[in-house]
Amino acid sequence: MMRTARYFLAVGALLVFAVAAFVGMSESSGGSLVSTAYANETAGSADAASTKARSVYPPAPRLTEADYPRIPGINSRVTVWLAAQLHLWFAAFVLAVPIFVFIIEAVGMATRDRRYDEMAHEFIKVSITAYSLTAILGGLLTLSLVVFYPDPFKYLATIFGQTMFYYALLFFVESATLYTYYYGWYWLQGGFRKWVHLTLGLLLNAAGTLLMLLANAWLTFMMSPAGVDAAGTFGGDTWAAVHNFLWNPINLHRMVANVAFGGSIVGAYAAFKFLSATTAEAKAHYDWMGYTANFIAISALLPLPFAGYYLAAEIYAYSQQMGITLMGGIFAWLFIIQAVLIGTLFLSANYYLWCGMGRSDGAARYMPYIKYLAIVIVCAFLVWFTPHTLVLTNQELKALGGPYHKYLGPLGIMPAKNTAVNVMIIFTALSFLLYRRANLIATAPWARVGNATQAALFVAGVANIMFLGVYHGYFTNTVYKVAASVPQVLTTLAVIAISALIDFFMYRGARTVAPLRWGRVPARSQYALFLLAVSFTWLMGLMGYIRSGIRQHWHVVDIVRDNSIDAFTPSLGYAANVVSVGAIIFMAMVIFVFWASHVSGVKAQPSGYWKG
Amino acid sequence: MRTFAAVVAFSLFTIGFFAGFSNFGIPQIEPSPPPKEEAMNLAAMTMDQFVALGEKIYGGKGTCTLCHNAVGGRAPLLDKMATVAAERLADPRYKGKATNAVEYIRESMVAPSVYVVAGFGKAGSNDTESPMPDVSKGGISLSEAEIAAIIAYLQSVGGVEVTVEIPTVAQNDANVPAQSRAPLATAEEVISHFACGACHKVAKEVGELGPDLTKIGSARDRDYLRRAILDPNADLAEGFELDSMPADFGGQMLASELEMLVDYLASLK
Repeated sequence: MMRTARYFLAVGALLVFAVAAFVGMSESSGGSLVSTAYANETAGSADAASTKARSVYPPAPRLTEADYPRIPGINSRVTVWLAAQLHLWFAAFVLAVPIFVFIIEAVGMATRDRRYDEMAHEFIKVSITAYSLTAILGGLLTLSLVVFYPDPFKYLATIFGQTMFYYALLFFVESATLYTYYYGWYWLQGGFRKWVHLTLGLLLNAAGTLLMLLANAWLTFMMSPAGVDAAGTFGGDTWAAVHNFLWNPINLHRMVANVAFGGSIVGAYAAFKFLSATTAEAKAHYDWMGYTANFIAISALLPLPFAGYYLAAEIYAYSQQMGITLMGGIFAWLFIIQAVLIGTLFLSANYYLWCGMGRSDGAARYMPYIKYLAIVIVCAFLVWFTPHTLVLTNQELKALGGPYHKYLGPLGIMPAKNTAVNVMIIFTALSFLLYRRANLIATAPWARVGNATQAALFVAGVANIMFLGVYHGYFTNTVYKVAASVPQVLTTLAVIAISALIDFFMYRGARTVAPLRWGRVPARSQYALFLLAVSFTWLMGLMGYIRSGIRQHWHVVDIVRDNSIDAFTPSLGYAANVVSVGAIIFMAMVIFVFWASHVSGVKAQPSGYWKG
Repeated sequence: MRTFAAVVAFSLFTIGFFAGFSNFGIPQIEPSPPPKEEAMNLAAMTMDQFVALGEKIYGGKGTCTLCHNAVGGRAPLLDKMATVAAERLADPRYKGKATNAVEYIRESMVAPSVYVVAGFGKAGSNDTESPMPDVSKGGISLSEAEIAAIIAYLQSVGGVEVTVEIPTVAQNDANVPAQSRAPLATAEEVISHFACGACHKVAKEVGELGPDLTKIGSARDRDYLRRAILDPNADLAEGFELDSMPADFGGQMLASELEMLVDYLASLK
């Protein structure tokens, strides 16, 4: 135990040092370009003329339609859109997989259960082919930007050239650690070698995370530019441009979402292998793998709405206009589509858990409760799905008496939706709790008290969430409506954390009803895993569209105006079609990745081909 | 292979469902195109046109209605802004330099934090800081003329006298929306362009829905005629109903065209 602690302390210190050195490097080199006085100015505080006199950087370009090269038969925006989205899907996948591979490997080391090590290896094997596809798509995206949007790209390169250089260097570091980590898996086994291997995994994650943080800086700069004046003239402080207002909210959101997404994709891999398996042993293995992947996806899915909410709140704090465009303007209906997708995610994740209870002989005790969980989750989904304002014809308006439904209209506002999503998350956690204890019989003497405490906790938590939602949503003024969300989230997190803690102690040393029968799940449960992966993919594409779309006709908000013929904001249907095409291409490429991973383990024995 | 086909079909069906719902399950709202960059002819503009321009900017380029609307409650409604200006200027919380309603409204657009309406400040600022951006900068970047037009509009909807002046300085700002049409040259062109003959008997037109104007100059003076064009419901001709003539010609005609038309009608005797 002490050895493990020392290990994490040492590598932690190493990482902190590396990050500090990186940040220091950015700041010191950036600061040398301009006077200290300028570096202290914030965006928009200096007038263009005085800045021009002091800065070595040009102001932002003012573009005309002629500044956007066109290639006949190719839609520039859709090309960049698809290249960016495909790159993001793969990048999210290859960044997420090493995170949970590292954790699974560490669990294997702690428990000395080789199955974890084998599973971690299989996960990383899947991501190896995806890694090169990520790089290829990144190259395609860069080329598309250079070809179709040369001036905006040049402007961003002026500001972020330094970080782009580090990005390229980090890519070498990531590649080197990934290949050593993967190909050295069976070489670095046992004792000190295993620790070296785990350290490589950590370095791989550090390099990948830094890469993501840098790329996030570029895109968030386009949403909330910093380090430039009102004319877009860069002040020379790279760190100011990197550390813009929306950088950390996006970092957090992407980190959590990547893990959920990565978990769902390897879950789909396991599901496919399960359905194709011909032996009971293979079925059991891939069932276990699918369960682990789903567990990872759900673990990240539960805090994801909070990370998303934090991001939206920060967008609103940065620019009220952007926030309203996002939630109440032309994109408002997108959140109804999002509701359908999140509802699908939660329902499929829960359905998979409920089907998985078939692995346990003791699950019958809890099965009668499942229908109630399903009813609550579906009701919460329907509340989330209810729109606020209805788009109606005059006749319909007359019949309804206004744009809001008398009874359902109140469910369309944010407090109702916050309440619904918190309830949905709490009941998903409850589903998992039931799944976990399905095969166990608690032997702790205080089990009855523990159960009663847990039940009271859930009831009190849900009551508090409902009260906060109803009171603040309908009996206070606008300012406090959204403010209720914070105590709601804290309630949800408290209920999940405390109940999990009670469960952990209550079932420590618990008796098992019978050995878990891995592989004893219906085939339809595997389709729930596919549904999870496809929904996640599509949802990421949709949210990517809105994140980028709220910039509207700006490449860099308020700084570089988009004057191309594609400057208009596309309708939701158009965006959904592009996302769907992207998702189909991504799925086809993922199938190729799975297939490549599969054939890498196949050895044909051609008779009579080789001598001897 | 069968499993593979089933998985592919399932995935395609799922994607198809999401795409279908997005296309047919929700209303397809076409977002407005980006604001165009044109130039406007202020010299030829009447105050009614200026107010109309203000209304257009208020709901369009200015993006004011995004927050100042009755639904969201995110920003105060501005229909009474011009009438409460004096009250605001006397408020101890007021930190600006304005001395009259026009200056107060302008100040509230370019320096919104000088007076924040109670309950609408940034969270935690105790109503000392406004979340509203400076509309003369950034993504909105209204010109002085556009700001003045919005002031005219807000004074007009507030029911007070429109005291803001139409700027006379030529606008070189490329971000100004505008009157792209060239002024019409003759009264006949004005009558033809605005289709007066669809209802009136005038010039070579023989409309029968409105009053006969062939000898109108002998019965009405120039002020009456001007008022009848700008505010048709002010003096109704006998036998004709309220609201039967469009009331927005003031927002459509250039000042030179209006005067030309009035001169022409006054000459019909």
